[in-house]
Amino acid sequence: MDTMRERFISSTTRLLAEDPRLALVLADISAEGFRPAARAHPDRVINVGIREQLMIGVGGGLALTGLRPVVHTFASFLLERPFEQVKLDFGHQGVGGVLVSVGASYDWPAGGFTHMAPGDVALLDTLDDWTVHVPGHPDEAEALLRRAAPGDDRVYVRLSLQSNEHGWPVDGARFLTVREGRSGVVVAVGPMMDHVMAATEGMDVTVLYATTVRPFDAAGVRRAVGHGPADVVVVEPYLAGTSTAAVNDALADVPHRVLGLGVARREIRRYGRMEEHLAAHGLDPAGLRGRIGRFLGAGASR
Amino acid sequence: MHDTAPDRRDLGRLTALMALMTGDEKHGPAATSTLDALWVLYDRVLRVTPETADSPERDRFLLSKGHGPMAYYAVLAAKGFIDEEVLAGFGSYDSPLGHHPDRMLVPGVEIGSGSLGHGLPLAVGTALGLRAQGLDTPRVWVLIGDAELDEGSNHEAIAFAGPAGLDRLHTLVIDNASATHGWPGGIATRFAAAGWSTASVDGRDPQALYSAFTAPHPGRPHAVVARVEPRTA
Repeated sequence: MDTMRERFISSTTRLLAEDPRLALVLADISAEGFRPAARAHPDRVINVGIREQLMIGVGGGLALTGLRPVVHTFASFLLERPFEQVKLDFGHQGVGGVLVSVGASYDWPAGGFTHMAPGDVALLDTLDDWTVHVPGHPDEAEALLRRAAPGDDRVYVRLSLQSNEHGWPVDGARFLTVREGRSGVVVAVGPMMDHVMAATEGMDVTVLYATTVRPFDAAGVRRAVGHGPADVVVVEPYLAGTSTAAVNDALADVPHRVLGLGVARREIRRYGRMEEHLAAHGLDPAGLRGRIGRFLGAGASR
Repeated sequence: MHDTAPDRRDLGRLTALMALMTGDEKHGPAATSTLDALWVLYDRVLRVTPETADSPERDRFLLSKGHGPMAYYAVLAAKGFIDEEVLAGFGSYDSPLGHHPDRMLVPGVEIGSGSLGHGLPLAVGTALGLRAQGLDTPRVWVLIGDAELDEGSNHEAIAFAGPAGLDRLHTLVIDNASATHGWPGGIATRFAAAGWSTASVDGRDPQALYSAFTAPHPGRPHAVVARVEPRTA
């Protein structure tokens, strides 16, 4: 199976051939993979070099002329470094684009903290009107990219090397109910799905699978809670608690409890492998099972 | 070809329009630092009118240095993009005219600006977008200040646009010597080193501005540095 990044390159290469309105902006990252696309569409595949402020500004400028920009690099350099460009050159100018990141929270742990962006979704939450897709499988990544390509809106697609065993049907909006139970609701975001399924094995809980987290499927969470206890756990592959407020808003009219699990804010200053970082943040199946079980209580165990 | 007398009459009318915003008949050099260059551009160079303000074929003018936009609004009013009546509300809650312009509120305004260093990268993207769509006629102009040039994003754009051969891109630098550390060696050299065509002129001389604005520069982007009175003078 290819990675989400490889799928992004192959599907965007096809989309560039299909849709003359699409343009790709790079800052050296993945430029090698897009070499054939750049040869085929030299005016619509633009590599600005290692210049991320310019990369976002160019994306905004392309959109001002009516093109649909796809802008891509590591999450740290796509959102965090040029954040004010994202805020002003898209949102304030009233134009859209598709920002596609790689690297996620710790796709390259040996690369250290400079290439980790657990805060990307929380950061984007400070801005208005961004759709955020967090696919958990290359097939989902391709489906969500194809959905984003023809629009005029602002879309962030967060790709990761962490991937589930198989893809689920995704519609770019709603959460998917993959297991039903009576003792609480667990929302698994994108790449966290397999670990959440393993962690909740044998628990009497509803599991929702979320690949589009903004806008947040509040109606789906309310439906899943139903008449049962309004106890919700959100397991996110980025900063813990990023969606806690969204769950809280979804359940504003009923007494409820929310547990937000994800990557800790603390910089752990370790290299190594992704599995080791998942375990360090308690996001491996064992760590998740303990915390979810304690939060939902004895009723969760069948 | 214009002689200077009509330009002087035009400038008198423009400062009267600025007075509608500021309530002040007399303006210091800082408030009018962009005025002469803006007028020459809109009166004699840019191919855009209120009727073509949404046409894909129009020339684009991006005011990057959004601070002190009274001269810009005066020119837009004089050319009919906005009604003179809205000038008096300048900066008020219900006015479309803020102390920094917003493209979503003002017809003919291509970008919202105010935060420095955004216009030139947006202009590069605009030039690339027009080229990719085969729109070969429109030219792209962006106005920045010499102090705005401090922002590193400009240098990312300058270094890219030269080698990219973006010959439809034009940068007008209004130089009122307000950059804290100055530009030893000159502003134009920053552009020239990246392969731009450059011209440095008196920013109060309409004929010199017009000549610099219309100088041919095949295969290269063009930068015009327009010197005006130092801000602190």
